[in-house]
Amino acid sequence: MIDIALTFAMGGFAAGLLLTMARILRAPTMADRVLALDTMVVNVIALIVLYGIQNDSDLAFDIAVLFALTGFVSTVALAKFLLRGNIIE
Amino acid sequence: MTDILITLLLIIGAVFGLIGSFGLWKLRQPMQRLHAPTKASTVGVGAVLLASAVHKGTQGQPSWEELLVLIFLFITAPVSALFLAKVHLHKDHAPQDLPQPEGSEWATYKNPDEPR
Repeated sequence: MIDIALTFAMGGFAAGLLLTMARILRAPTMADRVLALDTMVVNVIALIVLYGIQNDSDLAFDIAVLFALTGFVSTVALAKFLLRGNIIE
Repeated sequence: MTDILITLLLIIGAVFGLIGSFGLWKLRQPMQRLHAPTKASTVGVGAVLLASAVHKGTQGQPSWEELLVLIFLFITAPVSALFLAKVHLHKDHAPQDLPQPEGSEWATYKNPDEPR
């Protein structure tokens, strides 16, 4: 039962990744692309955790933590750059 | 019993994650689009991480790392949303186009060097 649910969840988040990719390709402004990339990071974290459940892997959570950290920092850095034209003033 | 719980959490997470990304594609205005991914980053990933924590517990090796990722996402999601909203306000809107708040002004348009 868990296997079917895992496949379903992976399919759902993979479809979400495709939708965010489409939004990145067809976005009116740069801020929309940054938002879509942020959502993409969230989807990838979920996919990594699902992979960890499927293979009983402890490594997946360290990767998920790293992905969450870099995703947040890059989103804030891009938003700051769009706002001020500079990241560290 | 725990199998049913894990399955339910996984399905809830998948549905909410898909709704979040679909909303990002479907909604028309940039400010509306800020609303959609909050579903994916709270309930979507949250349910998946809880399912993982329960699964680890049934394997006889409970861990708190999932909750660490969860708390980090819950703290950082509003911060990045605030920054993106500020980008929208400053790049795509002029202050005179926005509704005026009663008895004050938009704090984000204030000159930071000016004394309050």
